[in-house]
Amino acid sequence: MSAQNAVLQLTGVCKRFKGVIAVNNVDLDLRAGEIHALLGENGAGKSTLIKVITGVYTPDGGRIEIDGAAICPKSTLDAQKHGISTVYQEVNLLPNLSVAHNLYLGREPRRFGCIQWKKLQRDARALLQRFSLDIDVNELLSSYSIAVQQLIAIARAVDCAAKVVILDEPTASLDSREVGLLFQILRTLRDQGTAILIVTHFLDQVYALTDRLTVMRNGEKVGTFVTAELPREALVSHMLGKELQAMEASRASQHTDSVDPAALQLRELSSSNGIRNINFSAQRGDAIGLAGLLGSGRSEVCAALFGLDSVTEGEIRLGEAPYKPRSPAQAIAQGFALCPEDRKTDGIVHPLSVRENMIIAHQAQRGWWRPLRRSEQNKLVADATQRLKIVCSDPEKPIGELSGGNQQKVILARWLMTHPQILILDEPTRGIDIGAHAEILQLIRKLCAEGMTLIVASSEIEELVAFSNKILVMRDKRLSTTIAGQDISENAVLAAIAEPD
Amino acid sequence: MNRRTLPVTVTGILFVLLLIAGAVQFTGFASPRVILNLFTDNAFLAIIALGMTFVILSGGIDLSVGSVLAFSSVLCASLIQVHGWHPLQAFPVVLLAGACFGAAMGIFIHVYKLQPFIVTLAGMFFARGLATVISEQSIPIEHSFIDAINNFGFALPGRGWIGSATLILIAVFIFGTWLAHFTRLGGYIYALGGNANSAALLGVPVGLTTISIYTLSSTLAALSGIVYSCYTASGYALTGIGLELDAIAAVVIGGTLISGGYGYVLGTLLGVLTMGLIQTWISFHGSLSSWWTKIFIGSLVLMFMIFQRWISQGLTGRRHGPDRIN
Repeated sequence: MSAQNAVLQLTGVCKRFKGVIAVNNVDLDLRAGEIHALLGENGAGKSTLIKVITGVYTPDGGRIEIDGAAICPKSTLDAQKHGISTVYQEVNLLPNLSVAHNLYLGREPRRFGCIQWKKLQRDARALLQRFSLDIDVNELLSSYSIAVQQLIAIARAVDCAAKVVILDEPTASLDSREVGLLFQILRTLRDQGTAILIVTHFLDQVYALTDRLTVMRNGEKVGTFVTAELPREALVSHMLGKELQAMEASRASQHTDSVDPAALQLRELSSSNGIRNINFSAQRGDAIGLAGLLGSGRSEVCAALFGLDSVTEGEIRLGEAPYKPRSPAQAIAQGFALCPEDRKTDGIVHPLSVRENMIIAHQAQRGWWRPLRRSEQNKLVADATQRLKIVCSDPEKPIGELSGGNQQKVILARWLMTHPQILILDEPTRGIDIGAHAEILQLIRKLCAEGMTLIVASSEIEELVAFSNKILVMRDKRLSTTIAGQDISENAVLAAIAEPD
Repeated sequence: MNRRTLPVTVTGILFVLLLIAGAVQFTGFASPRVILNLFTDNAFLAIIALGMTFVILSGGIDLSVGSVLAFSSVLCASLIQVHGWHPLQAFPVVLLAGACFGAAMGIFIHVYKLQPFIVTLAGMFFARGLATVISEQSIPIEHSFIDAINNFGFALPGRGWIGSATLILIAVFIFGTWLAHFTRLGGYIYALGGNANSAALLGVPVGLTTISIYTLSSTLAALSGIVYSCYTASGYALTGIGLELDAIAAVVIGGTLISGGYGYVLGTLLGVLTMGLIQTWISFHGSLSSWWTKIFIGSLVLMFMIFQRWISQGLTGRRHGPDRIN
């Protein structure tokens, strides 16, 4: 045993899904009386690791030990019996039961087969008192704010099993005051000897709260560090897998300040999904990069522009005209196109063929009463397949049989057929092979040269630097820094992401 | 006013208003005899509806109950009349058959992750078919013990009568209330209806709870079949067609949210009594066809659905802000 008084010790934990390695050989030790952060970008394997610890998944290899004894939790209940409880990002309590009942469901005090409600309510009140929460425990859970519900969930977790408490992004729906209260409670728990593992994307919180941290990337552990001894820049580069001193990539042609009205302009834009006061403008032929950590608001900007979320404040202007999209259909009619982040669920239409997937947006634009003739369809599909170098033996194949990179190209072809003026790409290169990756970057440059405006959200800083002539760095759902022209470099973007509030 | 209990209160007020309106219009409408007859005449429906309450509370549905009632009544009549069993021997067998049938449906729903609607629809056809296989004709029951059951009861002033059916209904009602509010299983049933996913993560034994729910519903349907065959002194395979829909209507009128999670056993009893009272009002009226009952009940169900939508928006929409944190 390497660590002193490790409560939870993982050794060489592996988890595969259909041959794809999600968690590879991860070691982790969690000590009594510490708050430990688990960090990593999307797909780093954090969630899978947590699900392995809490018994949702069975590991394919490695050992999990509690107080030196190997365990193999088969369900969340089983994990709870071993002293591990979890609080999820979404409050997993029951809105239709009272607060007291939620706290003690399945553990109600009974006498002669009857639940002792009076005792249960007394216990509940006493338990919440420890969290300085003075509320009516007989009210329905749903009558309290998400913040209070989150605290109730933590109270239940701690009361069920106080050894190890795992919190999966507990602050995602809390405001700063509520976060402060939560942290105070977590510190108290730590001082009482509980080991706390917390997943969060907010670096400020990591530094404010945690004692040690573990970074994961691509299913592997990068390292465990003492928080206070790790500079922010180093943490960000560990998370993103980029050294700050990395060499600069070749950059796209310089942005020239033109006197034309901007093709797209956002003024103090706020939307219903939480982004606040976003300002930027883009000319025809610009490629705007959206950078930032997960949860920083990259995708939310894309969604707001495409009419998926409603604009609450500020305005968007398309050329001279104001633009206020209420639905994607409206956005498409105004010349927008969006290749979504989650290709599998939001991008491709599974049972349909490659051809049908490709023409679907163009057909929708024409209207159902003007169907594309089959010969026209075939020609469009053949042209696009050639232009985008899509590897596909037969366009009548279901799209699911294509590789990720080719699927992404089909989605791109779908939107290019609608001749958009503004093309929004959310993580266009996620999960695709190197060859397709390079081709998509080439295509982005080519489309810009043809005068299309592109907005690209990506966690790959290197690729953003390669083609953008303006990079917007997002943090906390706000625009933190705009880097344009000559100033664009990986270092500048990394520094802007790491910069404290 | 507590929003959780508001729907039940509304049903209670509706019942009282209907009673007052009837009493003003017709003499003898609000007499103990008429009111107690509501219990006697609707006991079999009420017992089924109480079982249905738990199914709907858990977010499910049970379409098989009408057929299970028919099957139970035929089985009961056949065992007593054709095979010469004593009713006290026949009743446990019928109840056990009902319980097994419900447990099987519960297992299918849980293990194969099937829609309760489809599984109980299959159960509905299956039980009806089985009942017809036992006997296509109505089997009259002639047994001194059944007569004794039917004659058992207490006289109340005002020519009121509390018979065995009413007593069984009251027992089932007390059992249901205890189950819903004083047992862990009751909490689990509400939990499943609130959010099955969260319930599982909180350690609710989802499979066991699901199987218990459908076992309970079918057992109560079988009990209802026994009550029905005593009440009519016969067993008939084509009885109780569409009864499951009456039971669902009673549950909805009783204020239980059709999507599960919110509702009370008391509400269902009030729902059945309200439906019975409408029927009574129409028979007192004399000139209206009894089919008008259906029109009234249809309108009531619709009104309650809209009312529930409004309430449930309140239940999920209204929150105390973070100002409640100290």
